[in-house]
Amino acid sequence: MKSQRLKFYQTGTFTVGNRLLSDEMRSVQATVDRNNSLNSGHRACQGCGEALGARYAVDAVMRATNGQAIAVNATGCLEVFSTPFPESSWRLAWLHSLFGNAPAVAAGVSAAMRVRGKKVTVIGQGGDGGTVDIGFGCLSGMFERNDDVLYICYDNEAYMNTGVQRSGSTPPTAITATTQGVGEHPGQEFGGGKNAPRIAMAHGIPYVATASVADLRDLEEKVTTAVGIRGARYIHIHVPCPLGWGSDPALTIQIARAAVQSGLFPLYEARHGRLVKATKIRRKVPVTDYLQPQKRFAHLFGKTPNVAAIDRIQAIADANIEDYGLLDSHEDPPISLQI
Amino acid sequence: MSTFMPGRKQVEGSHAVAEAIALSRPQVISCYPITPQTHIVEGLSAMVKSGALSPCEFMNVESEFAALSALIGASAAGARTYTATSSQGLLFMAEAVYNASGLGLPIVMTIGNRAIGAPINIWNDHSDSMALRDSGWIQLHAESNQEALDLHIQAFKLAEQLSCPVMVCMDGFILTHAYEEVDMPSQEQVDAFLPPFVPQQVLDPSDPITIGAMVGPDAYMEVRYLLHHKHLQAVEVIENLRKEFKRHFGRDSGGLVSSYRADDAETLVLAMGSINGTIREAVDEMRDEGHRIGSVKLCSYRPFPLEALREALKGAKRVIILEKNLATGLGGILASNTRMALRGLNTPVNTIIAGLGGRPIPKKSVVRAFRQIETGEVEEPHFLDMNWPAIHEAINNRGLVKRRESEAQRVLRSVSGVEVAKPVR
Amino acid sequence: MSTNTQLPFAISLELDSSLANKTGSWRTKRPVYVDRIPPCNRACPAGENIQAWLYLAEEARYEEAWQALVEDNPFPAIHGRVCYHPCESGCNRTKLDEPVSIHAVERFLGDQAIKHGWLPKMKPATGKRVIVIGSGPTGLSCAYHCARLGHHVTIYDAGEKPGGMMRYGIPKYRLPREVLDAELDLLVRMGIRFVQSARIDDLAKLMETDRADAVFLACGAGLSKKIDIPNWHARHVIDAVKMLRDIESDSPPMLGRRVAVYGGGNTALDAARSALRLGAEEVVLVYRRDRKRMPAHSSEVIDAEEEGVKMKWLSTIADLQADPGRDTIRIEKMKLNAKGQPEPTGEYEELGADTVILAIGQEAETGFLRNMPGLQFDKDGSLLVDQQMMSGVAGVFAGGDMTPATRTVTNGVGNGKKAARCIDAFLAGGVYEKPYTLGSARGDDGVFDPKVKEIASFDRLNPWYYTDAPKHIQERLAGLRRLDGFAEIVSGLDETDAMHESRRCLSCGNCFECDNCYGVCPDNAVIKLGPGNRFEFNYEYCKGCGLCSVECPCGAIKMVEEKI
Repeated sequence: MKSQRLKFYQTGTFTVGNRLLSDEMRSVQATVDRNNSLNSGHRACQGCGEALGARYAVDAVMRATNGQAIAVNATGCLEVFSTPFPESSWRLAWLHSLFGNAPAVAAGVSAAMRVRGKKVTVIGQGGDGGTVDIGFGCLSGMFERNDDVLYICYDNEAYMNTGVQRSGSTPPTAITATTQGVGEHPGQEFGGGKNAPRIAMAHGIPYVATASVADLRDLEEKVTTAVGIRGARYIHIHVPCPLGWGSDPALTIQIARAAVQSGLFPLYEARHGRLVKATKIRRKVPVTDYLQPQKRFAHLFGKTPNVAAIDRIQAIADANIEDYGLLDSHEDPPISLQI
Repeated sequence: MSTFMPGRKQVEGSHAVAEAIALSRPQVISCYPITPQTHIVEGLSAMVKSGALSPCEFMNVESEFAALSALIGASAAGARTYTATSSQGLLFMAEAVYNASGLGLPIVMTIGNRAIGAPINIWNDHSDSMALRDSGWIQLHAESNQEALDLHIQAFKLAEQLSCPVMVCMDGFILTHAYEEVDMPSQEQVDAFLPPFVPQQVLDPSDPITIGAMVGPDAYMEVRYLLHHKHLQAVEVIENLRKEFKRHFGRDSGGLVSSYRADDAETLVLAMGSINGTIREAVDEMRDEGHRIGSVKLCSYRPFPLEALREALKGAKRVIILEKNLATGLGGILASNTRMALRGLNTPVNTIIAGLGGRPIPKKSVVRAFRQIETGEVEEPHFLDMNWPAIHEAINNRGLVKRRESEAQRVLRSVSGVEVAKPVR
Repeated sequence: MSTNTQLPFAISLELDSSLANKTGSWRTKRPVYVDRIPPCNRACPAGENIQAWLYLAEEARYEEAWQALVEDNPFPAIHGRVCYHPCESGCNRTKLDEPVSIHAVERFLGDQAIKHGWLPKMKPATGKRVIVIGSGPTGLSCAYHCARLGHHVTIYDAGEKPGGMMRYGIPKYRLPREVLDAELDLLVRMGIRFVQSARIDDLAKLMETDRADAVFLACGAGLSKKIDIPNWHARHVIDAVKMLRDIESDSPPMLGRRVAVYGGGNTALDAARSALRLGAEEVVLVYRRDRKRMPAHSSEVIDAEEEGVKMKWLSTIADLQADPGRDTIRIEKMKLNAKGQPEPTGEYEELGADTVILAIGQEAETGFLRNMPGLQFDKDGSLLVDQQMMSGVAGVFAGGDMTPATRTVTNGVGNGKKAARCIDAFLAGGVYEKPYTLGSARGDDGVFDPKVKEIASFDRLNPWYYTDAPKHIQERLAGLRRLDGFAEIVSGLDETDAMHESRRCLSCGNCFECDNCYGVCPDNAVIKLGPGNRFEFNYEYCKGCGLCSVECPCGAIKMVEEKI
């Protein structure tokens, strides 16, 4: 799939498809015969970003592998809403074992495929809790061994399945059931949390990328690229959660887009630990565009707005823009980012 | 074609097992080091690395949790899988242990039985596999290295027939590190006994199914019952395999229970694992003295063969359970289970808790305990060779000691009479 | 071959088993595909479905695009040149970069039709006979639409050639006559009979002899309004309408060196610009209000200024002879009152002018109808008609400039179309009803009525999805070079540019099959029906999250309350 921006068309490659685009220029999601890997009837909340991100990613995998793929899923929303007995939404071979072991299970599936002489792409997937917290040891092991697994993290920035508790991916000031909106510093503390994709990069694995449900083409391109590489690969996808973020289900993509366009969630690719490409911001927006539609940040915008906190968040976004070279004026990412 | 040397040879228990595993043609092996099972996976690693065991994927993982998790994936993807662990390692993978059986994956795992900390202790007892006794895995206990070797070959067939994982338990150090003569079967013999793995369900892109659904109150009980039912079936399968194995290999290995000089015994001693050798010697000695005593070896702890065990024990006037574990606050775990097998019979059951944390179980102590039990002079349960003075002092001093001296240090001091270095404040 | 023959109970599940869970029951709001009215369509006086034909042009389906266009307007080549394109003023793209150059694409399609001789689709003959009086834009449009609807049409017109003000009012540099003739030829090829140089004295008799079932009066407003200015004979005074007509008839009037044009409408601008082309050295337009308030289209004013026409705002001609010794006229300065109306100031100045062209408005010539009982007239002579455009006499319809109207070619065409539909309904014994009514643009009131259409205003769009694409400019003759003659100033777009322009269309309020709804639905509850067939919601699974509606670039999905 190419990702050329066609100035000539009404929408270029920003929309999912476009009847004027040739077949090879269309996204997987635009095709009638897409796999719908996550089938109708699943029990995700209305406007679930994770359900959407999972179908985007897995459909792209299924397209790139011609259906020769197996998924291993960590415990979490994605697993629970997709496979309550007697109904499964998965339209590919799929295995759920535990919360914290998906990377290891996936590595085992991959080993079995190799020893049985089968050319099958194995993906591991989970939410941020399953990935950056409880599954992190297994993930790191999978990276370190360079197991032939594409691991995808759907990051909605808290433990949503258990009722919105803080995870290692919860952003500063976000209110969760365990970082309440009270006290001197309401919500998650500044300085907490971990940057999983950067840690993945530090393993020197062949491929690391970040993606967003707001940029389908970018996401599909990265998944497709990842499928074409052997060894451990990691894609971290930002997926808004209307329930946990307190946002309008209809705004899931808008909010994800604001995260990208503000610089708070930079989209980039890295190979063997080196940053190789950043997706440019198209229409820069202030972080307030991202924060304000979410109730978990509502305390920042009370009668007396918490300007200091908002400024600190803006500074994070600005630093990302600088570090990853997210604006058109930036030619290439600065060398300092290379690990 | 076999790369291994069949026939009788003197080898370390771990290497005997490693070779038997290799002869069983596992396709994915995962490994995480923990004493005392480590020599097994080291041996397998060497075989995979050298190409002697091929095709096989050997995964050096980052934890026992990952070791079993990787096998869950590999088994669900249709590979014959194997790993080994002990003690803390088994507990660290506990969540995955339940998961593997819940998913019905025929993984075979060796437990080099070892005590559980704290206090950290690397020596043998059965606390580890006992902790996971209700995990849904079949648990077989080997008495000797020959039996350990044989049980592993049987275990793959058993696991795959039932689609249920199997632990083969062998006493750490006592078996794993012991050099004994074993009769190593040939590859052809093993191949003739153990057919290639045909999974009952498999992750296959051409037939995509979902494995590992969330099951609510509407069906969870049935799922658990079906696992229970596998164990009920296993009771029969294990005995059949014992017979089949004997046909193929010419020796008696495994099965549910085995009796020794039991026919006219008034006292029957029940135990699992390597201690049965000592017990048989004690039985012989006491028989020579005129005691009507015999022993019963329990090989299959899970499934627990209620009927077979009842049959083996029902003629006795007295049953003694010698076991290497302690259900704190209760007593002997095996004894409790055995009482269930004997329910309705008025047979008294005595428990000897012995060998915890690797404490030696000398024949002398065993015989003494048996005699005391026969004369009714012992408490229930009886703790073999316990240092009661040290315990009494520890109990008496409880609540009086200053914090900075730990109970353990104090006990050790009182036991050894040696003053240990005082901790720095 | 299936490898999994019997799955373990409950732990393992079959493919597609979740389809049993109909999540549509969660819904409190349902998405509905709508076709909102794009602002261009709404602004088009001819009622063109602009978005629809641009959609086809985007795919290079030019003949189909033209067919869609001529369902409303038979003269795209003409309109692409002379229409002041209010559609473009309304275009939502203005808020992104620049409006789509709709007129340029329209012209391209019209020129293609001429080149290839395309014919519109027509309904089978009804046997009904319609007479149209007047071959201006309104009459021609009515005739065309009546013919398309299967009626036999005869046009009677006083002019030597058909076209009315399109021929005798609009200068060649805006509308080359070969283009006009080519599009008029379309009507001839459709079987419409033209009777030129015809003077009608007795309409009732004509209807009887022609066995007409209906008549449409569209005689225009060809009479210049009269005005009285002191010293009328001191200057060479020319009527703008007559001047433009004479130019067309190859007998242009003699003008002086310095010309003053009096008036602020499009005719005044046409006259001023024509005067320059006829050799006047200095042309000054005198208008009593200011630039903002003049009725002429701003593009005309800009063109005129580029060519050298000078503007004298807030001015009236008080006297055609300021000083008997000199060729000057007296100008009185005006000021605007609070209501924006001009008021005299009593301040005067002189303006050099040897010729004065009057372009202060036109009136309908309705005298020949006065003998027909039942007809009613406005005080300026306009014929009064009802909502169905029918006069007091059954079967006698009227429209265009002879009824109160905005007097542009495009308004005329729209008016003629409406007349044809009213006539068609009348001939079938009914009344014409609009296919839909416009509803509140904010009508999320829980009641969904597909017959009420909303405007696809900019706030209905999700502009993120559109690429940045500035419009392709049509080449223009430089201002001074234009004055060499009546050559067409603005050239057409080539196919590449025309396609580019059509693809700049945002398709406001109408699905253009971008696949967004299909792609962004987390529940796969959108069914893609294939090229040209759009999409369908699968309400069995749609949870009503509204993502499709928000992410629809063009605002073609409406969320309506679910009846629970």
